[in-house]
Amino acid sequence: MSTRPPVSDWASDFDHLDPRWIEDPYPIWEGLRSACPIAHTARYRGVYFPTRYEDVRAVAYDTEHFSSRRIIVRETPPPRIPAPPITSDPPAHRPAKNLLLPVFTPDAIKRHEPHARAICNELIDRFAGKGGCDAAVDYAQEIPARIIAHMLGLPDDEGDRFRRWIHEVLELGITEPAVLMRAMGETKTYFTAEIEKRRAAPSGDLISYLAHAEIDGQPLSEDHLVGTLRLLLFAGIDTTWSAIGASLWHLAQHAADRRRLVDEPELIPTAVEEFLRAYAPVTMGREVVKETSINGCPFKPGEMVLLSFPAANRDPAVFRDADRVVIDRAENRHAAFGLGIHRCIGSNLARMEITVALQEWLRRIPDFALAPAAVPWSEGTVRGPRKVPVRFG
Amino acid sequence: MPVKVKVDRERCQGHARCAALAPELFTLDALGNAQETGDGTVPEGLVNKAYLAKANCPELAIAVEEGG
Repeated sequence: MSTRPPVSDWASDFDHLDPRWIEDPYPIWEGLRSACPIAHTARYRGVYFPTRYEDVRAVAYDTEHFSSRRIIVRETPPPRIPAPPITSDPPAHRPAKNLLLPVFTPDAIKRHEPHARAICNELIDRFAGKGGCDAAVDYAQEIPARIIAHMLGLPDDEGDRFRRWIHEVLELGITEPAVLMRAMGETKTYFTAEIEKRRAAPSGDLISYLAHAEIDGQPLSEDHLVGTLRLLLFAGIDTTWSAIGASLWHLAQHAADRRRLVDEPELIPTAVEEFLRAYAPVTMGREVVKETSINGCPFKPGEMVLLSFPAANRDPAVFRDADRVVIDRAENRHAAFGLGIHRCIGSNLARMEITVALQEWLRRIPDFALAPAAVPWSEGTVRGPRKVPVRFG
Repeated sequence: MPVKVKVDRERCQGHARCAALAPELFTLDALGNAQETGDGTVPEGLVNKAYLAKANCPELAIAVEEGG
């Protein structure tokens, strides 16, 4: 672990791994939005940080100057490891994404809803009589892990291993290249074996579907296949886990919101959109590949952009009372799932999982409060509470 | 004059907010991208839903045309 000097100035020397940023980034971003809407740091070999919705949108839409071939800001750029379609640019992006889209439409996802509901209740059964639990560890983290494992056709009791890989790739790997490369190697070995099994005996799961898929009459390359599977596993777990955890963290501290959702469960889908806006977990990266300028700010090739959908979602120019959680906010064109061609492919899955997780929790545990213990937040690409200790009657 | 909705298919990225908020007015294709149902004419009583869908589209892909 390298040691980084303390941040001297957020506008010109920000560090997204600074403990203050991880703990509560919103006041920092609010200050930047008015003082310096596109911040920059020389750390991590040069990174830009737009905080206004319109600037985040402009970068997301501009695939000519901003490439997705690197999507995570790291101290040392690793060898390029593709994870199509998230790391793809046009024109390769479209066919790689179209392959996956039919599996993730709202109708396709609806078929997994009874399973999600059963998982939620099985988890709640374990702690309902205990007077308290860790809503992040005992509940939120288990739901998306089991569902994506089921969709991929993997055992649903390997969540710990999947989460370790995610932690190593998305968090530790930012500053520790050896840890990143080890996790990449392990996941490659793991998925290669799973692909071989499906080639020998096709099954109805997502790995089998991709192992037999073609683009332009050609089967997917081994790197494409492993990269996509790694993406589906990683992106399908800690993102939604973070969103469910942040929603319960909010409700554990806001009794009026909690009571209203218990009394008016039909409002839950609207509230889910608001939790996604206010506590959007995902910040993506882009690599500047051609010199350009946005909002008067020049972008230099070779440097990265932190594309903060969470910051965009707090922009008061687009959202009234942007820093307030308004659970019945009717107009909410938030960017939690990204903007433009890289719209999160799992958005319908995530929405279903978060909605079902909140519905079942509130039905079974309508009254709960945050226990007095620290709530640590994850760092880097995905922001979410990693412990949410709660008490209930 | 009838109110009509129209989805810009180039802008739509399949967030599917319109189909969730106004399922009578929008249909999703096999990839999950949206299009207006039929010729987009909004039945009386659903005009508010048309505007709600427009206001919730992250890609600004929905137009509501009045009295066209």
